[in-house]
Amino acid sequence: MMLSLKDKDRPVIRKLLAAGCCGRCILRFCCVGKYSSYQQSCEDIHKALLAFLSEDDGEQSHDASGEAEMGDPPCKKMKLDSPQPSSGENASAEGVSEPKAQSGVCVACVGVLQHFCDQSYAKQVSEVVRKGEYQFDSLMLAVSLPAQLSVREHSCWLHIKKEVKEKSMCLDKEDMVQVKDAFKWAVQGLVGKELGASVLTNSAFEVSVGFAHPETDGDCHFLATECPDCFKPTKNKASVFTRMAVVKALEKISDTKFLRHYPCPPVSPSSQCTPLETTCLRASVFIAGRYNKFSRELPQTPWVIDGERRMEGSVEELIANPLLSAFKADGFNFCSSGREDVDVRTLGNGRPFAIELLNPHRAKFNKAEMRQLQETINTSSDKIRVRDLQIVTREATSRMKVGEEEKTKSYSALIWTQKPITPADLDFLENIKELKIDQKTPLRVLHRRPLAIRQRLIHSMSTSYLDTHHFTLQLRTQAGTYIKEFVHGDFGRTKPNLGALMETEVDILELDVESVDVDWPPAVPE
Amino acid sequence: MAETHERSPSVIDRYYTRWYKTDMKGRSCEDHCILQHSNRICIITLAESHPILQQGRKIKSIDYRISDGCSRLNNKVSGKSKRGGQFLTEFAPLCRIMCTDDTEYTIFSCIRGRLLEVNEDILKRPDLLLEKPSTDGYIAVILPKLEESKTITKDLLTREQYEDVVSKRSTQPQESL
Repeated sequence: MMLSLKDKDRPVIRKLLAAGCCGRCILRFCCVGKYSSYQQSCEDIHKALLAFLSEDDGEQSHDASGEAEMGDPPCKKMKLDSPQPSSGENASAEGVSEPKAQSGVCVACVGVLQHFCDQSYAKQVSEVVRKGEYQFDSLMLAVSLPAQLSVREHSCWLHIKKEVKEKSMCLDKEDMVQVKDAFKWAVQGLVGKELGASVLTNSAFEVSVGFAHPETDGDCHFLATECPDCFKPTKNKASVFTRMAVVKALEKISDTKFLRHYPCPPVSPSSQCTPLETTCLRASVFIAGRYNKFSRELPQTPWVIDGERRMEGSVEELIANPLLSAFKADGFNFCSSGREDVDVRTLGNGRPFAIELLNPHRAKFNKAEMRQLQETINTSSDKIRVRDLQIVTREATSRMKVGEEEKTKSYSALIWTQKPITPADLDFLENIKELKIDQKTPLRVLHRRPLAIRQRLIHSMSTSYLDTHHFTLQLRTQAGTYIKEFVHGDFGRTKPNLGALMETEVDILELDVESVDVDWPPAVPE
Repeated sequence: MAETHERSPSVIDRYYTRWYKTDMKGRSCEDHCILQHSNRICIITLAESHPILQQGRKIKSIDYRISDGCSRLNNKVSGKSKRGGQFLTEFAPLCRIMCTDDTEYTIFSCIRGRLLEVNEDILKRPDLLLEKPSTDGYIAVILPKLEESKTITKDLLTREQYEDVVSKRSTQPQESL
């Protein structure tokens, strides 16, 4: 069996075996980067390591001269030092290593790489994934390890630092293979085969496994007194000893300080780690489209006051519910290019929207299926209608918000006037172009928006006379203009307003959005 | 068709509840009207029965500087949470209005809450107050605390109770002096 070890690894191997490291951890500390080395069974790796050490006994005399490896400059110091420690430790390694590695729990990985890299664990994980009923053809594996593994890793590193430096001065702690990577190299192929999916470093489907080892949780505690500034309590973290915090503290602490507080090599644990629940997460799918709203009694989002629903249904629910069940998603976030009031209709081409579907168990839909889905939404309610429904990328959804303020929106409003009017009284409105108005934040939204005066443009207006007290006003305005307030004036807080222009009290009885000029998402041909 | 324009519910009818405080601080007929929006924001206005709005009165001056140290004109709020706004209690004065006959009236907050804005337009055009007392001639906008938005109106009168009070005044003329 090829383990890709070099002769200079022998002192490192001997020391780690004696310290109670498992075979895979020893490969890690020898910087073995060949995936297949980790895929053998624990016993085979262990046997191969012992065989590799015994090879040395016969060839020892040739080694020093015969191993001029590329990139390893011959080191005078090593030549002098090597015979002594290697012969001295040989004896102890032979006597101690075998029982320890076979029966004991690894001091470095507390069993992660000993007991959870085999077919049976891969089967266990795959079983959970299958139960989730996800649709996927690739996956990525995420591993969460107890933070104290970093402390144990550091202790092991200090234990063999001298031997590693003798191997090559260029090698450092960062060059060791991480537990996480060794675990993935060993097990992810088995999981992939079990599930019939390719395992990638980046996939939209993530399978998360993790391990806990309560017995050694206390390993990190001395770091908090040595590096208190690395462990600031945060609101949403259960413990301050996060992996990141521990790694940061270990970078700061001096070797002598560390050795004063922590044994080197680490103490052998009496129990192995326990696996955490396997979880699956599919990256969000984004759906975009345009909607019409034909009802004056339908809010865009659920209208809840003091925990009580004010009105049944909402635009977002009518659109999202069929999508949620088709994509088998856990939840959604709805987002649109502006919004309209409960009593406002949105006509014309409709308003662009995007929905993020969270953790969809099904994610692949072709154009025909999307068209079918659109049809399902449209037949489910006559209050709304959807067009251009399509799957988009997360990045593309930002185009909906770009230049939102500069865009033009067209409206149609039914106006009541206190004074009786004739068609001629309306003519002057058509001559007003690019009217600048100052709008204080409308009172109806002031409770949740900052108070400010915003300048907006009414590009143009046209009218259709109805009777002595009513007419229809068509407006083209800058996006963000509050139309209702422009009409009734909002206690004189929008200036000028239609009432002031017409020199009578006016009110707005109905309002329709006629168009939202945002050219995203692209039209989907019928 | 042309005759069917009985006014449909106005903006105030649609979105606001009218509350009243009569005889504010024991001063006869100094009635205030508080318009509470469904979003809890309150607009302080003069009730139509307030002496200032009675036949023929003219306004000489309106002053939001209620003492040497405190002017409602200095009120500034920032952000969604309206930081920095003056916090008012029921009897906090908002402004003093002097009529041309040299009688002075103080307008009060009537409710607890944060002052969001005062109406500076009535400083330039005091007639607004007389012509449109319940809309463009409002006095101030106040945001009650969320947890108090239901209770701040408990000592105020409803529209019905207010009309009752006013009609009793006219049937039982007050003993003057």
